[in-house]
Amino acid sequence: MTDTNDTRPHMPLGLAQRGYTGVIQQLSARQAGSALSDIELESRLIELGFVEGARVEVLHEGLVGRDPIAVRVDSITIAVRRREAMAIIVA
Amino acid sequence: MELPLLHLALVGTPNSGKTSLFNALTGSRQKVANYPGVTVERKEGFFVTPLGRQVSVVDLPGTYSLRGRSPDEEITRDFVLGKASGEAVPDLVLCVADSTNLRLTIRLLLELKRTGRPMVLVLNMFDIAARRGITVDVDRLAKELGLPVVTSIAVRKGGTADLLKLTDEISAKLAAEAEANSWRALSVAELRATQREADRIIADCVSLPSRPDTWTARIDAVVLHPVGGLVVLALILFVMFQAVFAWAQPLMELLNSGFDMLGEFVHATLPAGLMQSFLQNGVISGVGSVIVFLPQIIIIFLFILLLEDFGYMARAAFLMDRIMGGAGLHGRAFIPLLSSFACAIPGIMATRVIDNKRDRLTTILIAPLMTCSARIPVYTLIISAFIPAKDVWGFINLQGLVMFGLYAAGIISALAVSFLIKFFMLRDYAPAPFMLELPDYKMPRLKSIVIGIYTRAKMFLVRAGTTIFSMMVLIWFLASFPQPPAGATEPAIDFSLAAIIGKALEPLLAPVGFNWQIAVALIPGMAAREVAVAALGTVYAIEGGKEAAEQIGQVLATKWSLATALSMLAWYIFAPQCASTLAVIRRETGSWTWMAVTFTYMLVLAYAASLLTYNVAVALGAG
Ligand SMILES: Nc1nc2c(ncn2[C@@H]2O[C@H](COP(=O)(O)OP(=O)(O)OP(=O)(O)O)[C@@H](O)[C@H]2O)c(=O)[nH]1
Ligand SMILES: [Mg+2]
Repeated sequence: MTDTNDTRPHMPLGLAQRGYTGVIQQLSARQAGSALSDIELESRLIELGFVEGARVEVLHEGLVGRDPIAVRVDSITIAVRRREAMAIIVA
Repeated sequence: MELPLLHLALVGTPNSGKTSLFNALTGSRQKVANYPGVTVERKEGFFVTPLGRQVSVVDLPGTYSLRGRSPDEEITRDFVLGKASGEAVPDLVLCVADSTNLRLTIRLLLELKRTGRPMVLVLNMFDIAARRGITVDVDRLAKELGLPVVTSIAVRKGGTADLLKLTDEISAKLAAEAEANSWRALSVAELRATQREADRIIADCVSLPSRPDTWTARIDAVVLHPVGGLVVLALILFVMFQAVFAWAQPLMELLNSGFDMLGEFVHATLPAGLMQSFLQNGVISGVGSVIVFLPQIIIIFLFILLLEDFGYMARAAFLMDRIMGGAGLHGRAFIPLLSSFACAIPGIMATRVIDNKRDRLTTILIAPLMTCSARIPVYTLIISAFIPAKDVWGFINLQGLVMFGLYAAGIISALAVSFLIKFFMLRDYAPAPFMLELPDYKMPRLKSIVIGIYTRAKMFLVRAGTTIFSMMVLIWFLASFPQPPAGATEPAIDFSLAAIIGKALEPLLAPVGFNWQIAVALIPGMAAREVAVAALGTVYAIEGGKEAAEQIGQVLATKWSLATALSMLAWYIFAPQCASTLAVIRRETGSWTWMAVTFTYMLVLAYAASLLTYNVAVALGAG
């Protein structure tokens, strides 16, 4: 599960389009501007399975501002807002 | 020697089947549905193992960790850590996992191990895992985790046999000296480390299939389509309200004529007098006029239960997130609000899954604006009496359309109120995050739907037999006494206490077009909304004299103007007419103030809406 892809540029999951697939490189709550504190946001993301090395795929987007997004994380699907997904750096 | 009661606790990630397991073990009928966050309370049940050990088992809200970030998760944390007042720590924790999705549960389990409680991992939903081709090396998993692992299928007969057997084995040799509790809130680094460890264990013990659940993907392609998904959502709601009218009609007519016959039978067999009047006007016209709405209530619950069991609720929350966010609501507010269509009380309880206090409060304040099933009798009665049952554009039932409009008015005003709360009170306020697991779809199971409907129907009938019945006795008494003096020419009811009270209130309500009969019906309607229908039934039945065997709808059509009817509908969208809802608001917010705020704002809105509706209708010639 740790097949890091060095050739692809790193980007926040919050900017990914529908259909994007990648691997989580790191969590960086400071970039998200969420209402939650950095530690709280990071803890919650980890508790939902967003850890380094996990495969993610953006399955669906909402209508307004393409928000929220439904993300496949390994074997489950999680709905998150793009604002929080900015904390998840993928490649 | 009788062994002491063995205490079990069900802990696990949301939607892993804890409540299903609880029901299977204890034979209870707690609410089960296919979305995370169904259980928000602690529930205890009892059973006896095959070897005769008495067991108490506690079902708890699902949680991803022991941090307790929302009120429901705090309940679980406090129980597991033994912090709950007056509770002993459980002898054995059953950590329940969804076998198709072990990552998050194994992480939780590694965290739970630090509490030092004896623990078992229950691999639930093993049927689904098997169907998908997921194989788990149970022995190896047990060795890696250092605790017993057992598979289970909570929803199948005999699906908990292994768990029961294991419980007997464990309880026989449960160590008296428990390990020390070394749990404390995990740091981010520790969280990460436990998730890594969990992933390693899963990689060793579980082989995942090449085929994920393709059905869920296919359905979601339509249901979560940015535009198509919203169309589907609107369509579902629309069909639901059409069905409430169209499908229920024949059954309701049957019930109606049944009660008419019963009334006539009582009238014919009993001698004229108080007993006859009490049974015919108080019981049959009053309580009966509420019971005829049972088919409609069943239909609305059928829809909600099907959507819940199928797994649509979380999708609807996804679709509505931004729209509700625009009104200042938390995305997770959607499910509590949708449950409020059934009844605001479980809806308000369900807000416990919302972690942010202010978001939770906003949701609680607007939940009573969702059209609960107790309003159905009031709406239907008035709609059937005043709105012609014709089709619009050939296929839409006009009565169903008006009903849909009333529901829509409730939703829109809830969003508007939330927007105002955000605008005036909580302005400097970043939107709370929305993170929600979207579970795989599951075929709704007939048994659970039948049980769900049976429980709701029973609750409705019990209410009709208790609250509504006792209110009817009161109303009948008020409307019958004192009796008119000998030789009086006016109708007898004009001398009654009900008329005196109603007429005293009439000036207040005259601007919105309500007569004294409505004023009388509104007061007992505080106990439960349907009572207003029953009260109108009784008051008009007594007023109409002993011969009147007419249905209340027909009476209203002749006694009320259209403007009054519309004003009454507008009133019921908003009116805070439910004592139990107010009590739950008081309990869940822990404050009398918020209860008073809810009551006042809803009353003001109700009066304003009725005033507007009545005057516009009169101006348009419907007076
Ligand atoms: N096929 C199958 N479905 C199951 C099994 N156990 C539970 N379910 C279904 O899974 C869904 C969730 O079950 P619940 O018992 O409500 O889950 P829970 O863990 O109590 O959920 P929360 O209270 O939200 O934490 C329901 O749709 C159940 O019918 C099982 O062993 N097999
Ligand atoms: Mg549950």
